[in-house]
Amino acid sequence: MYNFDFVKPTSLADAVKAMAQEDAQALGGGQTLIPTLKQRLASPAVLVSLSGIAEMKGVCVGDDGALCIGGATPHATVAKEAAAKFPALAALAAGIGDPAVRNRGTIGGSLANNDPSACYPSAVLATGATIVTNTRKIAADDFFEGLFTTALEPGEIITEVRFPVPERGAYAKFQQPASRFALTGAFVAKYGSGVRVAITGASENGVFRWTEAEKALSANFSAGALDGLTVPSDGLIGDLHGTPAYRANLVKVMTKRAVASA
Amino acid sequence: MPKDHGIGASSKRREDVRFLTGKGRYTDDINLRGQAHAVFVRSQVAHGKIRKIDTSDAEAMPGVLKVFTSADFDGKGGVPCGWQIHDRAGNPMLEPKHPILAEGKVRYVGDAVACVVAETLEQARDAAEAVVVDIDELPAVIDMKEAVKGGALVHDELGSNLCYDWGFIEDNKAATDEAFKTAHHVTTLELVNNRLIPNAMEPRVAIGDYSQAGDDYTLYTTSQNPHMIRLLMGAFVLSIPEHKLRVVAPDVGGGFGSKIFHYVEEAFVTHASKVVNRPVKWTCSRSESFLTDAHGRDHVTKIELALDKDGHFQAIRTETYANMGAYLSTFSTAVPTYLHGTLMAGNYKTPHVYVNVKAVFTNTVPVDAYRGAGRPEATYQLERVIDMAAREMGIDPIEIRRRNFVQPDEFPYQTPVAVQYDTGNYQATMDKLIEIADLAGFEKRRAESAKKGLLRGLGVNCYIEACGIAPSNLVGQLGARAGLYESATVRVNATGGLVVMTGSHSHGQGHETAFPQVIAEMIGIPENMIEVVHGDTANTPMGMGTYGSRSLAVGGSAMVKATNKIIAKAKKIAAHLMEASEGDIELKDGKFSVAGTDKSVDWGAVCLAAYVPHNYPLESLEPGLEETAFYDPSNFTYPAGAYACEVEVDPETGKVTICSFAAADDFGNVVNPMIVSGQVHGGLAQGIGQAMLEAAAYDENGQLLSGSYMDYAMPRADDLPFYKVDHSCQTPCTHNPLGVKGCGEAGAIGSPPAVVNAVIDALQRGGHKHVTHIDMPVSPSRVWQAING
Repeated sequence: MYNFDFVKPTSLADAVKAMAQEDAQALGGGQTLIPTLKQRLASPAVLVSLSGIAEMKGVCVGDDGALCIGGATPHATVAKEAAAKFPALAALAAGIGDPAVRNRGTIGGSLANNDPSACYPSAVLATGATIVTNTRKIAADDFFEGLFTTALEPGEIITEVRFPVPERGAYAKFQQPASRFALTGAFVAKYGSGVRVAITGASENGVFRWTEAEKALSANFSAGALDGLTVPSDGLIGDLHGTPAYRANLVKVMTKRAVASA
Repeated sequence: MPKDHGIGASSKRREDVRFLTGKGRYTDDINLRGQAHAVFVRSQVAHGKIRKIDTSDAEAMPGVLKVFTSADFDGKGGVPCGWQIHDRAGNPMLEPKHPILAEGKVRYVGDAVACVVAETLEQARDAAEAVVVDIDELPAVIDMKEAVKGGALVHDELGSNLCYDWGFIEDNKAATDEAFKTAHHVTTLELVNNRLIPNAMEPRVAIGDYSQAGDDYTLYTTSQNPHMIRLLMGAFVLSIPEHKLRVVAPDVGGGFGSKIFHYVEEAFVTHASKVVNRPVKWTCSRSESFLTDAHGRDHVTKIELALDKDGHFQAIRTETYANMGAYLSTFSTAVPTYLHGTLMAGNYKTPHVYVNVKAVFTNTVPVDAYRGAGRPEATYQLERVIDMAAREMGIDPIEIRRRNFVQPDEFPYQTPVAVQYDTGNYQATMDKLIEIADLAGFEKRRAESAKKGLLRGLGVNCYIEACGIAPSNLVGQLGARAGLYESATVRVNATGGLVVMTGSHSHGQGHETAFPQVIAEMIGIPENMIEVVHGDTANTPMGMGTYGSRSLAVGGSAMVKATNKIIAKAKKIAAHLMEASEGDIELKDGKFSVAGTDKSVDWGAVCLAAYVPHNYPLESLEPGLEETAFYDPSNFTYPAGAYACEVEVDPETGKVTICSFAAADDFGNVVNPMIVSGQVHGGLAQGIGQAMLEAAAYDENGQLLSGSYMDYAMPRADDLPFYKVDHSCQTPCTHNPLGVKGCGEAGAIGSPPAVVNAVIDALQRGGHKHVTHIDMPVSPSRVWQAING
């Protein structure tokens, strides 16, 4: 680690101010950033911890029925407190990493990082959630811009994520054997207006919507509805743990399993 | 009733109290006054010529004491290889120098180029980044079969990347080839024994401490064999006589082989501490461990098995490429040869066996012994090809093994590959396996799995290993540059307590519990009267350390010998005290008595008399009660067993789940059944890890792709089933006093073929008849690929 200054504001306003400093870096749960710092692969001048800001924590239900999760809420809290209202999201949170990760890592940190194998982006995209920041509201479809890239401006902080709760929904993840991130994960959400399907772990461009599956499932919400579909392997990740063709297979298998369990 | 103390009791591991409460004292816990910190500058490229190393900026940075390069080691030796192999023509192997810091060239990613010693660790890190290394990158040699073709050379001065081309036994070759010509059936299998990264929980650490006052050195290091490090480093690298060099290996958090070897960092800190006249400490980061700990396995093999029409084995012929990495690590050359070729007969009577091994230099980190070392590689290829032959010939895989077993009445059995098995009963362990694994219930379980859409398979295999290394005169003839005896000093205190100072080293095995059980049994005193001291060359007799499942079989035997000397002397003292004849003295339950009388003295009274010799036969006997013994085994020990694995394969994803694993082992006599079970459990976890998950992968440029736990998959608890282990089949070793055989590596040796056999069985039964082999690790993507390939 290189030396850095550390601040832990207790209000969003103070955090925004702190983030205005040169080379400031927001710190959520630190589950990616701290290892990166230890490897000396990043050298921020100041770390702005978001974990002391009460207004950014917690799970509640909004006036429109959306499930609202504070940006600094750890996965373990989501696993517990979202279980009644949105069990598929709670199950996703309960399956991230291990207990230590779940008690430190936050939803805002995960989304801001946009790891192509992270779980949360699939839930956000599949539900068409709204990402609320200190300056604006961003629709999920506009938020994810590729590997580790999002619509966030420098210094912008995710304060809340609002999930429209689907009638039926489920997340099915196939774990990468070493990291246990999603080798491929599929989140399926069924609404009165139609079905949305988001895939994580598979694409070189990060999380994406599988629109053919959405169409098929909107017409017939059953695993069998996907039987005739094929997933092209172009643009899918090939690495030690699987070829693009393998991931293409998993996209379909995991989506079917998500539908079956929704 | 199971025993509650002594030999055969499951005494609780006393060392665990400190390990589990954070009170262990590991090398990194040691901080010496005035200590400086070392950080290595390591090569980022796999192969290249060093044009220039500019240390000037680094040396000007705060806290920097000195930046070392190879020029600071002029006149010092390289790190030696401990075993010289001779090739098929009788020529010695090619043996490059392994310098402490790279000289002229870098040869793998992680090769140490320079080292900064500074006041603090952070200052050393900062300065290490400021060292400018200018390297002309050269093409990297990664693939072994490409490497032997020539082209780029890892060591230009050797003229070849082929370290040796070894035949075993060369005289068997013609008869073996002949047997293949007349065979009824030949099964051929090409396979890879995947490269592994040891991943001991404790990374390596070394602290050098030179004392100007005494002109002597102390090295604290994470080692499995401190005396060997003292000998190798003192005699071959730094020219320090042994009486001026003390090596201490305190609590060590796992080794699995990777901490046997003498590493350059140990020599560096020892020498550097004299140069800067300060203690110098180096602690390996986990990332650095991935790049610099000697890796394991990495064999590419073609094995052929010739059979007659009834499935009797006629001959075995193998050709193996064994990766040495960029330099020869301490045991590296012995692993694919004498620790591998000698086991190619397995548990079976095969008249002709010929093994060919080509050891190859590549631009990768050195490869050396890892739990099992050569024997897992032998077992895996043999037990896989037998399974394949059974399937091809339509013979049940258990039956084909039984047909070829060395039978219980055929011991001692001389194999065609040099070793002589002293004892064993392979039918008995197979019978036991069938019972504990409930093989009779397999079909029912398979039907249950099928209902869930899963393919269930059963894999069974046997293993034998030669461990308890080793008879010194034998290994000396085979090229070992050291003896492989073991030592023990037993010191009895005046009030009756004992200390055993052993040359064995415990880094998780449980010696501090098991060794006292033996002495407690021999003398008849409580185990808690006995302590074990190990790991410090200053207070233990010259010993060879712990690896190759040798501690109890070899070190324990030395301890038994020393204890017998203690008992013999104590009887003389007791005879004097009771005015009886020495020949009439009997020792039982900690009491010396005169046969046929009611006269007795207890253990404590005899010990006190030895140290307070007021009433003592001083004219014929020295005071004191302390004895040392060295034990050199006359043969290896040959643990053997039968393993069964049941898996479920998800055909849609290729995911393999291990449903059950059973191990029936014959370890001869067992001192502590709980510790033995624990050793088997750990070995199984590592073997299953190799079979299912672990793989060190380099890209074509020599960059390690699996350089962290994000990509290197270690087995976790939920990857593993609850094991069924049994060691009730016991044919005691015939040549050591305890009748024991090694148990530390068995699980890692015997389990990989069981897993792969089970996966292939599942796919075959599931109708995927074209899948006859999948290389380890049998990861989901590989299994899916095989099904859909």
